[in-house]
Amino acid sequence: MGGIVAAFTPPPLPSDDKRWKIVNGTMRKNGFARHALIETLHTVQSVFGYLDDDSIRFVANSLRVPLSQAYGVVTFYHYFSLKPPGKHTVTVCIGTACYIKGSEKLVEAAEKRLGISRGLTTDDGKISLMTARCVGACSRAPVMLRDGEVSGEATQEQMLEQLERWAVE
Amino acid sequence: MTIEELEQIAKSVSQENAKYDFEVNVCMDLACMSQGADRLREALEKVAERSGKKVLIRRTGCMGPCSSGPLVRVDPDETLYHYVNASHADAIVARLGGEPVPALQCDLNEHFDKQVRVVLENAGHIDPEKIDDYIARDGYKALLTALTEMTPNGVIHRVTESGLRGRGGGGYPTGLKWGTVAKAAGDLKYVVCNGDEGDPGAFMDRSVMEGDPHRVIEGMAIAAYAVGASKGYIYVRAEYPVAVSRLTTALRDARRRGLLGNNIGNTPFNFDIEIRLGAGAFVCGEETALLASVEGRRGTPRTRPPYPAVSGLWGKPTLLNNVETYANIAPIIRNGGKWFANMGSERSKGTKVFALTGKITHTGLVEVPMGIKLREIIEVIGGGVPGGHTFKAVQTGGPSGGCIPAEMMDIGVSYDALLRVGSIMGSGGMIVMDDTSCMVNVARFFVEFCMTESCGKCVPCRAGTAQMFTLLSRICDGTGTMEDLDLLVGLCQTIKETALCGLGQTAPNPVLSTLKYFRDEYIEHIVNKRCPAGVCNMKARVEVLA
Repeated sequence: MGGIVAAFTPPPLPSDDKRWKIVNGTMRKNGFARHALIETLHTVQSVFGYLDDDSIRFVANSLRVPLSQAYGVVTFYHYFSLKPPGKHTVTVCIGTACYIKGSEKLVEAAEKRLGISRGLTTDDGKISLMTARCVGACSRAPVMLRDGEVSGEATQEQMLEQLERWAVE
Repeated sequence: MTIEELEQIAKSVSQENAKYDFEVNVCMDLACMSQGADRLREALEKVAERSGKKVLIRRTGCMGPCSSGPLVRVDPDETLYHYVNASHADAIVARLGGEPVPALQCDLNEHFDKQVRVVLENAGHIDPEKIDDYIARDGYKALLTALTEMTPNGVIHRVTESGLRGRGGGGYPTGLKWGTVAKAAGDLKYVVCNGDEGDPGAFMDRSVMEGDPHRVIEGMAIAAYAVGASKGYIYVRAEYPVAVSRLTTALRDARRRGLLGNNIGNTPFNFDIEIRLGAGAFVCGEETALLASVEGRRGTPRTRPPYPAVSGLWGKPTLLNNVETYANIAPIIRNGGKWFANMGSERSKGTKVFALTGKITHTGLVEVPMGIKLREIIEVIGGGVPGGHTFKAVQTGGPSGGCIPAEMMDIGVSYDALLRVGSIMGSGGMIVMDDTSCMVNVARFFVEFCMTESCGKCVPCRAGTAQMFTLLSRICDGTGTMEDLDLLVGLCQTIKETALCGLGQTAPNPVLSTLKYFRDEYIEHIVNKRCPAGVCNMKARVEVLA
């Protein structure tokens, strides 16, 4: 090709929030390569809890990935969330083993108690109700996760009690 | 690192272990952890220290019968305790060297007797975060033997001779795949491990990655040597944080020991591995979609050929195998291809790990020789259906598989036999259903899964799964007609023949297999507006009664 290639300077961090440095660290570790997009988005979600427009824009610009492609990746993968999670999250596994052991009833009970559909957060921002496609603890189905901690052979009573405790916190 | 140095490490580990009179192994796999194995281990450590006895408390990977967890095994007596909690620590330690605690003794001889452990031989015996524990059980010996005593072709020959077939579900002959990548032109080649165990109801790969991570790394390194690759990727689900952390530790330790990096085993062979996180897309289990995801893109599959063996990651020849496939490599190199080929059935060699779950007494991980009868797995190893219910079907192969009815329980488990009855081997999920499961609802469950997981690239899958779901939902709520059944079958055939990738092509399997074996349940829903298992919510019936 020849010609002069201007050295690429990554954009400045969006703010002095220290978490951006962690995000930048992931990109630097990968030499700001485009293929680090998913890795970087994982870092953003783990430090900020979700992905918003600013963070997607920042990552896309830093890795020289078109915005459309970055947004396309974010919306393709279920693991990425565009909304901030509630203070607490209850996740009910709806993998096959859990389905056979009646996890649908757990989800319905939680929906009724919280007054929201799966995938949403209560208006006061306290509790999110999520479903998961198998967390791999199938032998103790049905499984729920309280803020990420796995509980096997979950019952409605256990779950509602937990929701109650979180609600009055 | 040389073989002599490996043996030196193994010797020092056994000298260190000889200082203890007893080894108390605590299963720290997800299932046991969810029942308080962590607190149990802490309690055991405290009590053991106070007791003055020479006891080594070791955390291990999955021991198998998860439904009896938390599990503890005391060596050298090999006493297995079940349903253990922190309050039992005193009794367990007090009885060391004497008669075992009777109330906790786990008698699962029948469960274990039929099993053969190759892939899981170390699980439950080593601390997955200690590379030396792995080395002490012949770890990395196969890699160094391959590097110093075998040619790349010799390695491929041995794998071919073993008859090993891909454990991800497809069953493609592993040696043949390796040979293709080895022959492909190009200096830069990649080795990729598929740890994206997206099939719901399966957790074999998670247990292997968490319980014995070095074995996967060793298998990949041997593969890299055989095909001439210098760089590897392990693609792991983000939903498996423990697997990610164990693999990260294992990779670091392997580098420190010179078992990854440059000039491995003082030979010119260079190889290193990076972890790539999945992000919750089932379709990424398909090889071309997985590679797109490793490249940081949307995980949509593409047409083949070219196959990844010729043009994979960034257009370079790429070897892609499943976790369990790589986990079989080290023992094949150590013990020879013939040893492996002696196990199993005629065209399915070796053993297979299954995740036995659902309505069955002993849920957990089992490893059985190929060819074993389904009935033996369900009734003997799994202990049958609990609670006085009757067995109805076993589902294998996840959303791509089928439901096998009670009449077919005497088939031997092999790639071909499962295919003949309308299911597939799949990665190894085995979900048992009893008379409380509605087979139409089960079919709808899987179709809904495929519908949500369809990447949307090809029409047959994107639109077809949605139409299947609509038809099945109608039948489930009692508004379906007999014509719907014919429409459903026609739709299934079209999707099977025209979808772009494995996800779409196999999405009709759960529908077709339930239609074949449980057609009367469909008819009962349609004609009598009744769900025999009492699962479906019959909208039509409510209207009739009102």
